[in-house]
Amino acid sequence: MTLYSIIFYALAATILVSTGLAITRRNLVHAVVYLVFSFFGSAMMFYLFGAPLLAALEVIIYAGAIMILFLFIIMMVNVEASQERMFPIQQWLPITMIGILYLIIGAVILASAPGTDVTLEIALAEPKAFGEYLFQRHWLSIEIVSLLLLVALVGALHLGRRKSKEE
Amino acid sequence: MIVPFGHVLILAGILFFMGIFCAVVRRNLIMIVLGVEIMLNATSIAFVGAALRWHHLEGQVFVLFILAVAATEVSVGLALIVYAYRRTGSFDPGRYNLLK
Repeated sequence: MTLYSIIFYALAATILVSTGLAITRRNLVHAVVYLVFSFFGSAMMFYLFGAPLLAALEVIIYAGAIMILFLFIIMMVNVEASQERMFPIQQWLPITMIGILYLIIGAVILASAPGTDVTLEIALAEPKAFGEYLFQRHWLSIEIVSLLLLVALVGALHLGRRKSKEE
Repeated sequence: MIVPFGHVLILAGILFFMGIFCAVVRRNLIMIVLGVEIMLNATSIAFVGAALRWHHLEGQVFVLFILAVAATEVSVGLALIVYAYRRTGSFDPGRYNLLK
């Protein structure tokens, strides 16, 4: 048990506990703040796995931008937290079936996939090498993704527009 | 030496199931979109772990695209949720049962 594996298990416990707390909160603001904790844990795990640029992007985009967007919406529309039915009984059948199926498939995959017991070695992908790889091999995908972001911007603007009087 | 690769997959699997649980069981549109976010994050962890296991940058590149698509999905999804809330005054997906 090296120091790195202790860090891994501590981070994994942090992520799982904060996500588990997030998905069971009745108050949406509490859920989002717990999820920000979970994403910080994921960012540190990316750092541990040798992806410092992705760790920074995870903090900036996920924990910074996306969760703040959720907070904006929650505070803008002023949800009454108590009106939601928590864990309604008719949802338990689908989640139980999905869970059993998921457990079986996951166990089969983990048992049959080669190399799941390979121990990970410490390595580091420099941001410079990562950027060069990205823009040499995947420049077309970058363009497509930027087009997708533009379309999403236009779509969100259109949907969020207040209705004018004559409509 | 960190951990066996299987432990990373188990962590990602549990996290992904938490996302499914959140999206299926909660009756609130915002929590459903949060569940989808949790699922995307779980796949990101699996991808970065796989990139380290094979010492190849392809997995990390994929995580970058997942980040971009997650941002897109959240912005459009939340705009749709606000639109639906203005029309019906509720976040309960069971209330959206009228075609008009």
